[in-house]
Amino acid sequence: MAEVEETLKRIQSHKGVLGTIVVNAEGIPIRTTLDNSTTVQYAGLLHQLTIKARSTVRDIDPQNDLTFLRIRSKKHEIMVAPDKEYLLIVIQNPSE
Amino acid sequence: MPQKATSQKSKQVSPKVASQSIKTAPLKAVKPAVKKKDDENATDMGDVADEWMQGKTLLKPPDQLQLSEAELKEELTRVLTANNPHAPQNIVRYSFKERCYKPISNVDQLAIHFSLDGNMLHKDSDEARRQKARTSIAEEYVADSTAVDGSEDGRKENLGPDEEKESEDKGSRGKKEQKLTNQFNFSERASQTHNNPLREKASQTEPPPRANFSATTNQWEIYDYYIVELQKQERTKEKQKAPPVKKEDEKSKKKQSTTESQSDDITKVSPKVVQILERMVNQNRFDDIAQDFKYFEDASDEFREQEGTLLPLWKFQYEKAKKLAVTALCWSQVYKDLFAVGHGSYDFTKQGHGMLLFYSLKNSTYPEFIFKTDSGIMCLDIHVGHPHLVAVGFYDGSVAVYNMKEMGSQPIHKSTAMTGKHTDPVWQVKWQKDDMDNHPNFFSVSSDGRVTSWTLVKNELMYMDVIKLSVDGVALEGQGDDQLPTMACGTSFDFHKQIDYLYIVGTAEGKIHKCSKAYSSQFLETYNAHNMAVDAVRWNHFHPKVFISCSADWTVKIWDQTINTPMFTFDLNAPVGDVAWAPYSSTVFAAVTTDGKVHVFDLNVNKYKAICEQLVVAKKKNKLTHVEFNPVHPIIIVGDDRGYVTCLKVSPNLRKMPKEKKGQDVPKGPEVEVAKMEKILSLLREPTSAVKK
Repeated sequence: MAEVEETLKRIQSHKGVLGTIVVNAEGIPIRTTLDNSTTVQYAGLLHQLTIKARSTVRDIDPQNDLTFLRIRSKKHEIMVAPDKEYLLIVIQNPSE
Repeated sequence: MPQKATSQKSKQVSPKVASQSIKTAPLKAVKPAVKKKDDENATDMGDVADEWMQGKTLLKPPDQLQLSEAELKEELTRVLTANNPHAPQNIVRYSFKERCYKPISNVDQLAIHFSLDGNMLHKDSDEARRQKARTSIAEEYVADSTAVDGSEDGRKENLGPDEEKESEDKGSRGKKEQKLTNQFNFSERASQTHNNPLREKASQTEPPPRANFSATTNQWEIYDYYIVELQKQERTKEKQKAPPVKKEDEKSKKKQSTTESQSDDITKVSPKVVQILERMVNQNRFDDIAQDFKYFEDASDEFREQEGTLLPLWKFQYEKAKKLAVTALCWSQVYKDLFAVGHGSYDFTKQGHGMLLFYSLKNSTYPEFIFKTDSGIMCLDIHVGHPHLVAVGFYDGSVAVYNMKEMGSQPIHKSTAMTGKHTDPVWQVKWQKDDMDNHPNFFSVSSDGRVTSWTLVKNELMYMDVIKLSVDGVALEGQGDDQLPTMACGTSFDFHKQIDYLYIVGTAEGKIHKCSKAYSSQFLETYNAHNMAVDAVRWNHFHPKVFISCSADWTVKIWDQTINTPMFTFDLNAPVGDVAWAPYSSTVFAAVTTDGKVHVFDLNVNKYKAICEQLVVAKKKNKLTHVEFNPVHPIIIVGDDRGYVTCLKVSPNLRKMPKEKKGQDVPKGPEVEVAKMEKILSLLREPTSAVKK
């Protein structure tokens, strides 16, 4: 399944993409294009946020589920894709 | 402390014998005094004993009964009880409760025979002093007597051991005599056994281990557990049904799961998720284009009455298909943002591999699906009812069906030389309605002159030749090999939108044949349309009689199927690659030419000239090959021979609807569109009919 790898590479090559992080179920980053400290910070915080967001969605309707999380900030857009076991995080500067 | 028995009295003397014991008691007590009085102690003692013994036998009251020996020996048992014989037994007391006298059962049985009160004196009191004085005198006596005793002892020592023994015996006898005998030989003995000591025994066991557990749960967690439980139950049910097979399955599952959990591999991320992420990134990157696509309307159209523009939006390209010409374009009728691109080559000398790509407007930088083919693709069509089925025609003459659900690069069906593959490039394929057994089927046309119907039956692709095209206008059947040179080369065809069996075929010779599926031997009509190969023929979406054709002879022609001559002819000054009717209007169509221009016509606005003629390729060298309208959105896609596909937005003037009049509802729908076309056509028909008259 080099397909995923390829797609991640493509995403990284897009203009304005600052970094991509893949986080496993425990919140430990297993792949990143950012530096260490930033990665750890993003991974830890977004992991918690995603859990909370999913819990919120599921609490409202148990049959529902969180599929994606987009955070639009002044500087960046943080896109979080919670997969079954992994968390994909892409940070992009949309104005670039 | 000095102590002295001061008084001695008997309160009650019940048995007669007791009086004797009282008599003897003082005897015993005053024994030392007796000793003092009599020097010859032992003999005196013996006399006393004799006296006592005698007394017992001699003292007989005069009134005593004379008893015989036998009577005397008779034993009379007397029982000494604890009851007081003198106690009254008939005491009664008045009971107020029962209002009568009642005898009292418990009477005091206590009888006191003797009581002795002792008393104490203070040392310095007069009485004590007097007593002391008395005792001191007495002690002097005692001292004297002990001296006498000592002499007596010495004398005793002088006596032999026999005498001493004798005297001892005497002494002991004397003592015995002095001892009070219990006449009734009664002794009360009581003993209290030990009470078994009470003991409390308790033991504490070690408490079972305890642990605190706390968690918060919420609705969805509960729901999840229920679902898991439900699945478990279902699984057990299935197990019961088929146990041996399932076990193996589970084993393999377990193995899989163990291997899964071991690796921290990134490749297990589902591709779909990554794909959507890529789309999001693209959305941000091409945000302005997306905004244009949705909202931009060219404001300058207001001032240019008759003309419109095309706004370039996305550009689609794929690295590996860069040198391959776009040979086919097709929108998906179900997913409005998805379209298929066929890559190949029109150049006879540069034939190679081909590529089938699917792009989504949501991701212009990379295709959604990629299928590589060995031969160049010439044409393709997406099934309307089954949007995952794609029919493809190849340069080598074969046709194939791809399934988008199966990402493998191989088609699910492919025709071979054995199964009726064409001998020349397939120029067009078109899906038909499913046949009576609900099998999907499509038609293909090739330059070998055959129009073939293909049916997907289970795993097979069944073929049937519908018609064989011939140059001289008549389809000839079964006349041998000499027919071959006279075969016409089909280059395009299109099926009538309403009439199922009717279709038109364009040929490389420039002719267009109107045919029916029902007749394989002849054409319904033949139009001498072009001087060069017909590149495309298309029926109008609304008007049932109208179709359009284009050719490499620089012309686009519009036909009424009932009339042999074209209704309109437009010269575009360059070979026309493709032409397409707009889905929103009966009078609008677009054509692409090899000089890189897109021409958009609206017959309702201008019958002689294109209302938009725009260069859309980056380099002049690029030749446009195909054009296709989106079924819903006002956009077109055009492909060129360098592998680029460009998306263009049609400006408002190019999709002008009839002007709205105030207070009037503007009629809409196909009827209106048909009427609009009919009106234009009628203007043209009249002169010809007038000429005929």
